[in-house]
Amino acid sequence: MDQIQKTLLEEVADLHGVPEGAYNIRSNGQLAGRNTTANIDIISKEDGTGIDVRIKPGTVHESVHIPVILSESGLNEVVYNDFYIGEGADVVIIAGCGIHNCGNQDSEHDGIHRFYLEKNAKVRYVEKHYGEGDGNGKRILNPVTEVNMAEGSYMEMEMVQIKGVDSTDRKTVMNLEAGAKVVIKERLLTHGNQTAVSEITANLNGEGSGANIISRSVAKDRSFQKFVSRLIGNAPCNGHSECDAIIMGDAKIQAVPEVRADNVDAALIHEAAIGKIAGDQIIKLMTLGMTEEEAEAQIVNGFLK
Amino acid sequence: MLTLEHISFDVQDQGGEKGIIKDLSLTLDDNKFIVITGPNGGGKSTLARLIAGIEKPTAGRICFDGQDITEASITERANMGISFAFQQPVRFKGVQVIDLLRLAAKKNLSTVEACKYLSEVGLCAKDYINREVNASLSGGELKRIEIATVLARGTKLSIFDEPEAGIDLWSFQNLIQVFEKMRNAIHDSSILIISHQERILNIADEIVVISDGTISKQGPREEILPGLLGTSSAVDLCNAYQGGN
Repeated sequence: MDQIQKTLLEEVADLHGVPEGAYNIRSNGQLAGRNTTANIDIISKEDGTGIDVRIKPGTVHESVHIPVILSESGLNEVVYNDFYIGEGADVVIIAGCGIHNCGNQDSEHDGIHRFYLEKNAKVRYVEKHYGEGDGNGKRILNPVTEVNMAEGSYMEMEMVQIKGVDSTDRKTVMNLEAGAKVVIKERLLTHGNQTAVSEITANLNGEGSGANIISRSVAKDRSFQKFVSRLIGNAPCNGHSECDAIIMGDAKIQAVPEVRADNVDAALIHEAAIGKIAGDQIIKLMTLGMTEEEAEAQIVNGFLK
Repeated sequence: MLTLEHISFDVQDQGGEKGIIKDLSLTLDDNKFIVITGPNGGGKSTLARLIAGIEKPTAGRICFDGQDITEASITERANMGISFAFQQPVRFKGVQVIDLLRLAAKKNLSTVEACKYLSEVGLCAKDYINREVNASLSGGELKRIEIATVLARGTKLSIFDEPEAGIDLWSFQNLIQVFEKMRNAIHDSSILIISHQERILNIADEIVVISDGTISKQGPREEILPGLLGTSSAVDLCNAYQGGN
C-alpha cells in the first residue's frame, strides 16, 4: 500500500495499519486485505459485486472495518455489502470511503449497504467520507443504506463527510420492528462547488419503535446541500428529527422535513433551522482574542464535532 | 489605565440621530474596582461595549495604557488585555465548557485547572466541564461560565456587564463572594462592573453614575453610595410616612 492509500485509510477509518479483528480493505476495486474471526465471517459475493458480513448471534465487543479507498483516477464502481447481525450481538462496524483523485476523470464509488439486525442485536456503525487530490476529475460518492431492524434491536449510525467530496447523493432507509431504536448522527461540510443530498427515511412499523435523526451541516462557498428527513409512524412510536445548518458565503441549503403518522399513537417531531453564524458568537470569541476568521473556524469545528 | 475622552455614540433612530453617549470623559485608574450604575437605558452597557471595541464611538478617543485604541478591533483590544463578560452570554452548539475556558486562557488548560475556574464561580466543576455551552444550560449557569472565562483570561482590565442579571437572588449571594475575591486579588489590574446591586456597590473603590448618556456622579464609594441609597422616591416616601405619624 502506498502513502496516498495509507493517508486515505487513516482519514476514513482512523487506521494507522492493519486493524484489529475482522476487516476487509478494498483498494482501487481490488481486495487489499481481509481477516475474519471465529464470530465474524466475511465472504465475497459469488458474482463479485461485493461482500457478505456475517456476525454470529451473541458476538460482543468485536469490530469490523470495511474501508474502501480509491486512488486511481477514473475508477467507477458499485459495491453491494450485506451485513447479517445475529441475535443479541453487540458490535462496531466501521465503514468509510476515501478518494484521491489527481487525474482528470471522475472517480466514483457507490456503496450499497444492507443491514439485517436480528432480535436485540446492537450495532454502532461509523461511516466517514473523504476526498482529496488536485485533479479536475470529480470525487463522487453515492451511498445507499438500508437497515432492517428486528424486535428490540438498536443501531447507532454516525455518518461524516467533512472534506473533499464533490458530489454526494445519499439515501438511507430504515425499517423498524417493535421496540427497535435507531439514532442517526449526520455531519456534513461542503465547500467550493460541492453538492450533497441526503435523504433519510425511517419507517416506524413496530409498537414502541423509535428514531432520532440529528443532522448538523455547514455549507460554505458556492456549495449546495439538501436534507430530506422522513419519519413515518405506522404504529405507536416515537420519532424525532432535527436538521441544523450553518450557511456561509454563497451557499444554498434546503431542508425538507416530512412527518407522517398513520397511527393515532405515533408521536413525531421535526425541527429544522438554517442560519448564518450568529454575530454575537463571533464577537464573543473575538473578545477572547481570536480574529474573526479564527472565531468562524472555531464555531464551525465545534458545531460539527 | 483607561481613559475615555469626549466620547459620543449616536444611533440612527426614526426621528434622526439619537445620542446614547454624549461627550463623556472618564479615567479609570489601575488597581481599582469600579462600579458603573444608573437607570436603565442610560448608556452603561453601550459604554462597556465601546471600551471592548464591539461598538465604535461616533466621536472621541479611547486610550488604554497610554495607547490610542479608538480604532483598534475587538481582537486587538482583547490581546492588549481587555476582557468583557456579556450581559447575555452567547450559546455555542458543540462547544464544551472546557473548550471555551481553553480558548479564553489561550492554552491547553488541564481539566484540573479548568475546574478551578468553574469552582470559583460556584459551579460543581465535574458536572459542567464537558457540558456543551448550548441551550441546555440555564441563564444563571451560562452567566457563571461567562464570568469563569474572564477569570481564565486574567487580563489587565475585566469588564462585567450586569453580572447579576438573570441570576436568582439566592445564587447571587454566592456570586458576590466571587467578586469580593476578585476585589482582593487585584494586582496591577482593574475591574469594571456595571451593576445595580448594593452588595457590589459596597465593595467598589469608585462609583460612576451614568444617566442619559452622561456621568451624573462620580467619586469614591464613601462619597457616592450614601447619596444613591438615600435619595429618590424611597426616602421621600419614608419621610412622608414618618411625617404622617
